[in-house]
Amino acid sequence: MTEPVRGLRIAVDVNGERHERDVEARRLLVHFLRDDLDLTGTHVGCDTGNCGACTVIVDGVALKSCMMLAVQADGSRIETVEGLAPDGELHPLQQAFSSFHALQCGYCTPGMLMSAKHLLDNNPEPTEGEIRRAIQGNICRCTGYVNIVEAIASAAKGGGK
Amino acid sequence: MSETTVTPDRPVTVEETETAPGFIGVNVPRKEDRRLVQGEGVFVDDIKRHGMAYVHFVRSPYAHAAITRIDVSKAMEIDGVYGTLIGEEVAAETDPFFQIAPPPGGDLKDYALAVGKVRHVGEPVVAVAAATRELARDAAELVEVDYEPLETIVDPERASEPGAPQLHDEVPNNTIWQGNFDYGDYDAALAEADKVVRIKKLHFHRFSSTPLETSGAVVEYNRGTGQWTLHSNNQFPGFAIIMMAPALRVGMDKLRFVSQDIGGGFGNKICTHVQLVAMCLLARKLNRAVNWTEWRTDQHTANSHGNERVFLDVEVPVKADGTLLGFKARMIDDAGAYIRYEPLGCIIWAQVTPGVYRWRHIRVDFKQVCSNKSPCGPNRGYSRMQHLWFTERVIDIVAQELGLDPVEIRKKNYIRADEMPYETPNGCVYDSGDYERCLDEALKLIDYGSIEEKRRDAESRGKLLGVGIGSTLDSGTNNFGQSTLVNPELQFSGNNEVATVKLDIFGEIVVTLGTTPQGQSHETTAAQVVSDMLKVSPDDVNVRAGHDSYWNSHAGFSGTYASQFAVTGLGAVKGATEMLREQILKIGAAVLGAESTDEVELADGTVRRKDNPEAALPFMACGAIVNANNAVLPLELRDITLNCRYVYVPPHQLPDKERKYGNLTLTYANQIHACVVEVDPETGVYDIVEYGAVDDCGVRINPQIVEGQVQGATAQSIGAATHETFVYDEDGNLLTPNFYDYHVPHALDMPPMKTAYVESASPFTPLGAKGMGEGGGAGLSAVAAALQDALRGSGKPIVTTSSNPYHRVWELLQKPEESRQLVEVEER
Repeated sequence: MTEPVRGLRIAVDVNGERHERDVEARRLLVHFLRDDLDLTGTHVGCDTGNCGACTVIVDGVALKSCMMLAVQADGSRIETVEGLAPDGELHPLQQAFSSFHALQCGYCTPGMLMSAKHLLDNNPEPTEGEIRRAIQGNICRCTGYVNIVEAIASAAKGGGK
Repeated sequence: MSETTVTPDRPVTVEETETAPGFIGVNVPRKEDRRLVQGEGVFVDDIKRHGMAYVHFVRSPYAHAAITRIDVSKAMEIDGVYGTLIGEEVAAETDPFFQIAPPPGGDLKDYALAVGKVRHVGEPVVAVAAATRELARDAAELVEVDYEPLETIVDPERASEPGAPQLHDEVPNNTIWQGNFDYGDYDAALAEADKVVRIKKLHFHRFSSTPLETSGAVVEYNRGTGQWTLHSNNQFPGFAIIMMAPALRVGMDKLRFVSQDIGGGFGNKICTHVQLVAMCLLARKLNRAVNWTEWRTDQHTANSHGNERVFLDVEVPVKADGTLLGFKARMIDDAGAYIRYEPLGCIIWAQVTPGVYRWRHIRVDFKQVCSNKSPCGPNRGYSRMQHLWFTERVIDIVAQELGLDPVEIRKKNYIRADEMPYETPNGCVYDSGDYERCLDEALKLIDYGSIEEKRRDAESRGKLLGVGIGSTLDSGTNNFGQSTLVNPELQFSGNNEVATVKLDIFGEIVVTLGTTPQGQSHETTAAQVVSDMLKVSPDDVNVRAGHDSYWNSHAGFSGTYASQFAVTGLGAVKGATEMLREQILKIGAAVLGAESTDEVELADGTVRRKDNPEAALPFMACGAIVNANNAVLPLELRDITLNCRYVYVPPHQLPDKERKYGNLTLTYANQIHACVVEVDPETGVYDIVEYGAVDDCGVRINPQIVEGQVQGATAQSIGAATHETFVYDEDGNLLTPNFYDYHVPHALDMPPMKTAYVESASPFTPLGAKGMGEGGGAGLSAVAAALQDALRGSGKPIVTTSSNPYHRVWELLQKPEESRQLVEVEER
């Protein structure tokens, strides 16, 4: 009987930088990002895939990085919150979140921003309903979402990307 | 009497001469945002140390059981497992936690891990430390624990009855605390009444604010000094240190608490001292840093729930004209398996004994019991929320049963603006407020004027429309002297908070706070106050992020809890800044050749002569002179440090223990919410179609930040009213142990929300501000009232619980008589 493979060497592109690592087969993508690559901007808020704090964009798709194994991401291009302002100049969404007070503790914010970015990448002029649907997988316990929705709408009006 | 203004044209300031041009009352962008929107905050699980171990708790699968055997040997065989900790070690190396309760509650033994017995599902029994999170979990699976299950008690009413299973040998009848509160002359009020409304039972359910970041810590032990550094998200280090140091048998200074960013707290992160002691023991035992990051399911199962409360045999004497004379009730509070901040909930409700009403005669028999459920702890609106929901329910039930209008009965019985400051029957002093005006504003927000038209429109669509009002208080800056009303032996009273403000060599203004913000924007609002007073921009003020108990800005009550930063935190900032300003003026006067400090002023980052603004000394020069060139100073100025520490102490007094009488908090912000619901009578499904929240927290330092907390608190109470509930089965299993089953509001769940404010400056605080942020409880009352209103044509059921998911509404529609049996009116 063959022993199952317990790990794999993977290569991923994260925010334009290539990383190669040996990872355990069971390592979640979020723990790979946080613990192996030290990209701690992506957060963990639950253990059931409900909260969305760990949302990243993998090959153009917004997904919860706690619901994907790191080995499944082999060869993919990943965007995390750390890539939104590469030169220190805030992304319009980041600026809008600050201007509209769309964050308090800031724990859900990275995931919320990535869901919003994915929305605006694909739908530059969303309606309020479309914005709410786009972030319905992201839980915020501080704001009641009012200012988050306004911030995303404002960023969209300003171009969003 | 205080001045009340609605939506002033310009920011309200208390000391106009000191605040022009003024950053107080302005929406200054948050200092915290730049790091947080870039994912550059530092939350506790972001911290790593060389060789750090990850800790996983083996938890009880039983609600009540004796532990007969623990065997960790198989876990220890795994490569990468560093060690374990079991209850026996904890019992040997620590003392039970200090208890706030007097005996018998005070006699119960509470340790960092279960010792001999488990008392709720999820109780930590063994801690396992390993090289990775995954390994720690694997190893925990291999720990063998044998249990002998015991009979379980989860019903608060039955818990203290004879024959109920006993949780703690030291606590007969599971009764932690019992006390009578008797104010005014209730018997006379009852005799005077024209009508008496009786309600057999009301129930406030269990839920919690479930901050998105779970609890956690990275703990390091320094063998050389015997000192622990706890990087944690504990939100009340002052309390945690007082609890932990005696348990660990060390001096307080051996525990250094550090935090930067905290992902929400809402009170739920106050009682983590229990797990933190286990971490301290492991860090010392293994001689390495240990990380504990609570799993979401553990946060729900075994961290800190909001108090569940039952209100029994409620009696409300009323005059024929609708004047409410008082109330009488028995209240049973269910604290869960252990009391870790309790029994303070037994007195904290008394901060708002009559709610917002002119009830003068009140008699309450209050009992707290323990049960086989998760321990309770402070949760946004702690203990007052339960009580205020009760008062609002009473108002709307009385109104319905006596045929009174819910708006008019409130306006008739609200404490009036011209009665402020108002002394309640138990000696609390409501500082300011205009509840009637807030109600009018709230009704405007939901377009109450056209409500009957909307009701007919809803009916034409087959829906039942209902309107509800919630009136609450957010009492803040509490007087810890109230703890002596539950335990006269305690030596706690007053309150305090610390800030330091200094001017460094290169002119940098640096502020340190004693608080532990979890999203409340302390860096920003502190900078607003400092910049106002020193005539600089908030950008020129560096407020250190987070908390470090080794900074000299830590006091016994340091932390962020109980709606008080705008008073205690900013009071300390203001005090320290005043000291620094005086020192800068003295240096300026000396260097610029002025006769006295009256001849100089602060402007544009300088101290300058009033009669010759050209003669100006930049702050940088002041900082340099004092710190690095002080031989130029006259001898009498050499005690100037430009490093000023101020402890704000509110003007509290000792309450009267015998009468349970006195002012229990300094400020009383108020909230009036109103909402409109539409119910589908076929299914019980309902939508909140209009929502208005009016908040009055006195002078608002930063209106946008205040509004954000109003919106967030409201969302939490709407969530609690509609879906969020910790449901237990009769065996003590939590049926809603994570976000999969415990549904918090998502973006699509939120109703349209409108906010407005009234600003009644507090006459008692340094800036006219009141603590705020915990006022969302009004939503629980507003939703309950709106549902009762919507269903009044469907058998007139009474809404008897704070938890009203769709199936509960369906039950009320199906069997209205079941709830009606709980109410009776005696006409005289």
